[in-house]
Amino acid sequence: MMNDQDKVLKEVTQSDYKFGFTSNIETESLPKGLNEEVIRLISEKKNEPEFMLEFRLKAYRNWLKMKTPQWAHLKIPEIDYQDIIYYAAPKQKAKPSSLDEVDPELLDTFNRLGIPLEEQKHLSGVAVDAVLDSTSVKTTFKETLAEKGIIFCSFAEAVQEHPDLVKKYMGTVVPAGDNYFAALNSAVFSDGSFCYIPKGVRCPMELSTYFRINAANTGQFERTLIIAEDDSYVSYLEGCTAPMRDENQLHAAVVEIVALENAEVKYSTVQNWYPGDKNGKGGIYNFVTKRGMCKGNNSKISWTQVETGSAITWKYPSCILRGDNSVGEFYSVAVTNNHQQADTGTKMTHIGKNTKSTIISKGISAGQSNNSYRGLVKVMKNAENARNFSQCDSLLMGDKCGAHTFPYLEIDNKSAIIEHEATTSKIGEDQIFYCNQRGIDTEAAIGLIVNGYAKEVLNKLPMEFAVEAQKLLQITLEGSVG
Amino acid sequence: MSVVATKQEVVDKYLRLYKNNIDEINTYGADFLNNKRQEAFDEFKEKGFPHKKNERYKYTFLQPFFEYDYKSNFSPNTYQVNLDEIFKCDIPELDTYTVLTLNGNYYTRNNPAESLPKNVVVTSMQEASQKYPELLKKHFDKYAQKHEEGLVAFNTMFSQDGIFVHVPKNVVLDKPLQIINVALSERDLLINHRNLIVMDENSQANIVVCDHTLCFRRYLTNSVTEFYLGDNANLEYNKIQNENNESIQIGHTYVHQEQNSYSRFNTITLHGGLVRNNLNIRLLGENAESQAQGLFLTDRKQHVDNYTNIEHVKPHCQSTQLYKGILDDQATGAFNGKIHVYPDAQKTVAYQTNNNIQLTDDAKMHSKPTLEIYADDVKCSHGATSGQLDEKAMFYLRSRGIKYEEARFLLLYAFADEIISKISVEPLQMRIHELVDRRLRGELSRCHNCQITCD
Amino acid sequence: MLKIKELYVTINDQEILKGINLEVNPGELHAIMGPNGSGKSTLASVLAGREEVNVTSGSIEYNGEDLLEMDPEERAHKGVFLGFQYPVEIPGVSMVNFMKTAVNEQRKQRGMEELSASDFLKLMREKSEFVGLKNNLTNRAVNEGFSGGEKKRNEIFQMAMLDPALSILDETDSGLDIDALKAVANGVNKLKRKDNATVVITHYQRLLDYIIPDFVHVLYKGKIVKSSDKSLALELEEKGYDWLEKEVEV
Repeated sequence: MMNDQDKVLKEVTQSDYKFGFTSNIETESLPKGLNEEVIRLISEKKNEPEFMLEFRLKAYRNWLKMKTPQWAHLKIPEIDYQDIIYYAAPKQKAKPSSLDEVDPELLDTFNRLGIPLEEQKHLSGVAVDAVLDSTSVKTTFKETLAEKGIIFCSFAEAVQEHPDLVKKYMGTVVPAGDNYFAALNSAVFSDGSFCYIPKGVRCPMELSTYFRINAANTGQFERTLIIAEDDSYVSYLEGCTAPMRDENQLHAAVVEIVALENAEVKYSTVQNWYPGDKNGKGGIYNFVTKRGMCKGNNSKISWTQVETGSAITWKYPSCILRGDNSVGEFYSVAVTNNHQQADTGTKMTHIGKNTKSTIISKGISAGQSNNSYRGLVKVMKNAENARNFSQCDSLLMGDKCGAHTFPYLEIDNKSAIIEHEATTSKIGEDQIFYCNQRGIDTEAAIGLIVNGYAKEVLNKLPMEFAVEAQKLLQITLEGSVG
Repeated sequence: MSVVATKQEVVDKYLRLYKNNIDEINTYGADFLNNKRQEAFDEFKEKGFPHKKNERYKYTFLQPFFEYDYKSNFSPNTYQVNLDEIFKCDIPELDTYTVLTLNGNYYTRNNPAESLPKNVVVTSMQEASQKYPELLKKHFDKYAQKHEEGLVAFNTMFSQDGIFVHVPKNVVLDKPLQIINVALSERDLLINHRNLIVMDENSQANIVVCDHTLCFRRYLTNSVTEFYLGDNANLEYNKIQNENNESIQIGHTYVHQEQNSYSRFNTITLHGGLVRNNLNIRLLGENAESQAQGLFLTDRKQHVDNYTNIEHVKPHCQSTQLYKGILDDQATGAFNGKIHVYPDAQKTVAYQTNNNIQLTDDAKMHSKPTLEIYADDVKCSHGATSGQLDEKAMFYLRSRGIKYEEARFLLLYAFADEIISKISVEPLQMRIHELVDRRLRGELSRCHNCQITCD
Repeated sequence: MLKIKELYVTINDQEILKGINLEVNPGELHAIMGPNGSGKSTLASVLAGREEVNVTSGSIEYNGEDLLEMDPEERAHKGVFLGFQYPVEIPGVSMVNFMKTAVNEQRKQRGMEELSASDFLKLMREKSEFVGLKNNLTNRAVNEGFSGGEKKRNEIFQMAMLDPALSILDETDSGLDIDALKAVANGVNKLKRKDNATVVITHYQRLLDYIIPDFVHVLYKGKIVKSSDKSLALELEEKGYDWLEKEVEV
């Protein structure tokens, strides 16, 4: 059986990234490098109001004073920030009014990714904002949504059409100087998605952003802002891929969510950026700041993530539980293989009374990868009756990888009840043998066991994504075992 | 301390202290320590005190405590005290081999050497430097990770003495060895002491260490203790911390364990101003086992931070950590523990648990139980809880007619008992029970035996 | 169907089986009995292909092929089924998903089409009724939280689902109350056909009140020391295993 496992491991380490193609799309980009001039140019190109430029410059000045965070369990090679293109956009009419005006190569790109932009072809329950490199290409079902008063568009468009909303909420959850990568994003972000759900509206379909890096030498810096007014509900999905390139590419995104009274936001991510080849060459550096603010009483924000891609992942989707009785949730499956590194987790900050948070994290490490869970549960002094339950499990496959758990519990209120549990284990040989004896080969057995292990999280994903995510897990690991 | 000193200023202060006193330090220092000082000086100059951003010191920022002006007495012979007249361990029926240190120096007046089992050595580092150079050469400064820890270098710069223990092959110490560390000075004092405990193959010992302050002054103790446990050696080490509210106790413990060896470290913190216990255990032989337990009871503005780092280097080793804390008033506490499993350490079994009870809203607890695992065939888990007493259990007790205060006490006592019961020296266990009992009932909130009440 | 010849097996360099000879033909039901530590479970393990058992000499022929050359799943595809003494729990993996994968893998190997979801569920229901496995158990994770009796019934249920040619039931009766024992025996009897064979490994004669074996073999210290019809089981029951010791030494 051992030989069999070796064989499987080998197959996995050689299994191909399925989205590694490049598209031949004409792009317009700024020269490499970063300075105030570049930022002014980006802002100008986007025809932004003054407050946007101010926000960017403030962030940039903050950034100059900051240093790359060192506390994560990651080996991050030195990044030359002057060797990155900060703005690249597919050359096309600023706002295509119909699909006919969209570059066919572009349409084809998204079709190949399984994201058809023609509404009739698309899964009927999902509206998509497709972002290529730094620019939103097309948002589907906009009109349908508009009937309910829902705004779903590219960030750039929101800046033009709804500047008041942008001004009111942007930077309130992730301030311009929040951390090194968020500051960088705030300075140079070029587009992203914007979503506004009015009071009392339950969004009738899943909203989704699909991110694609295509151009070489570019960084992708998108920014997403979701505002859920009182008594509203929205489920939001995010997917991403990138071509296979030998050099590393930087992705530093920011997602901000504001949930007002009784509002509920579900944010799901299937992250499949190019992870680099089996020797650890190339791949995306995924340094992302995602944070939600449960501003109103009884509000709820739920993060679900399936992380399979990226060479390095640095990401902590978090909840600030400000409203009384507000609820934060974090469900995560993070898989690393070959030379991937992930340091991911969450921060739950309990401020309001009777706030509740749940953290379920399932890490799977294979190959020579390192996979860390890092999570903070902070209960502030006045957060009466805070409750947290955290469970962080790690599964190891093979003996060259690492699995680490770094929970931080900071409790300043005696009425808090905080529980943290973690286990680390490998896939049991007896479990595999049991499956073998029933005629299931080792590879399929591992698929079964891994999906079973991650089920609690996968179940939280919307249907369409859950199937996708399961397949993705299998592809990423495709059998690897120790 | 009116002006906040910069990091470099504080470091410079001690570099100067060293330079100005180096001759005196060496005159009264043990040779083996003297030989290491210059190296340590360079190391400390580079490292300084643990930085705020140092993950290992995330919840305890020590630098400000070094900003005070302490007296440093580098000529220990000037002490004109008869400790026997002042201090006596008052635990009834506790029959031990007893040695004392006074402000970090071995106190020779009641040397038990004659009554010790054959070939067992308990003496000062100074004497050990003269008499047992082979042993020191082999073990001294071999386990402390001075490159990781500026404070170990700091200790090596200033330490002049400490306790040396050697339990030779196949020797079983028939009764516990009690080491009593006493701080006594009319002025605030900086104490550095350096200890080495060598347990050869198949040896067995139970060591009890009691820390006491006899005056209400600020004592900053920064101690380093190294342990070597040979094949199949068996050690129980009970540390009872009972110091005044102004004292600062920083202890660095480094344990090297060979195959089949067993260690049990029980750290009971009853009283102290700021306590930071670093426990580093390296399991370097197969089938070695480590059990580490800790309990603290804090109130007022006390702060206790237990840091552990259990390194599983070889396969088939086992470790268990169980740390608990009860926090009252504005007390703060931290648990910062790690299980580190090396790539070759297959079949490791390691558990880590941290449970805390906060009695007031002003108490703060920070817990960071960490797993760092590089081998795949392991069984590791950790858990942490924080909260109040179990309401259901409280209700159950009360519905049986037990009044609120008593029910609360019973549950707290049960919570603490899980650790106390790990102490195998019975009279000591009973004494700790008694102290915890009184403490939890709020009858006594001061170090035991203390004539001067803090505050 | 199954021919074991002069089989020697070690586990961790310790010799457990010391020259086993056994022939099983279609339509036969064999019982292998023996005291604890006689090598019964090792025999089951070697037939199913467990990694840690090491065959030092001898051969096992299964339908004319060398069984020892096959991977565990290949043996399963060719109709070898092991009822585990200690069925392992697989958290998170539902019985439905597990069985569906197993059945379809087998069908694939045999060049058959995969079962449709509805046909599969029908089969599940049919077979779970057949062994008296409560319906809700099939919705749970594999063996997780099952009682001892439920686990053993679950093994018979899987046997019914996979319809093996050669079933080896390793102490399937141990730890069962009388009702569960009857249910298990009932399942085995109903699954018995002219073209399949069953080897029941047991410590107690009790099971053989409900399953009538064609042959009873006594395994003792790694060897089959006696083979006979079912009367041997009764004799064992009466005299205990001690009696064997004398027999063997004579």
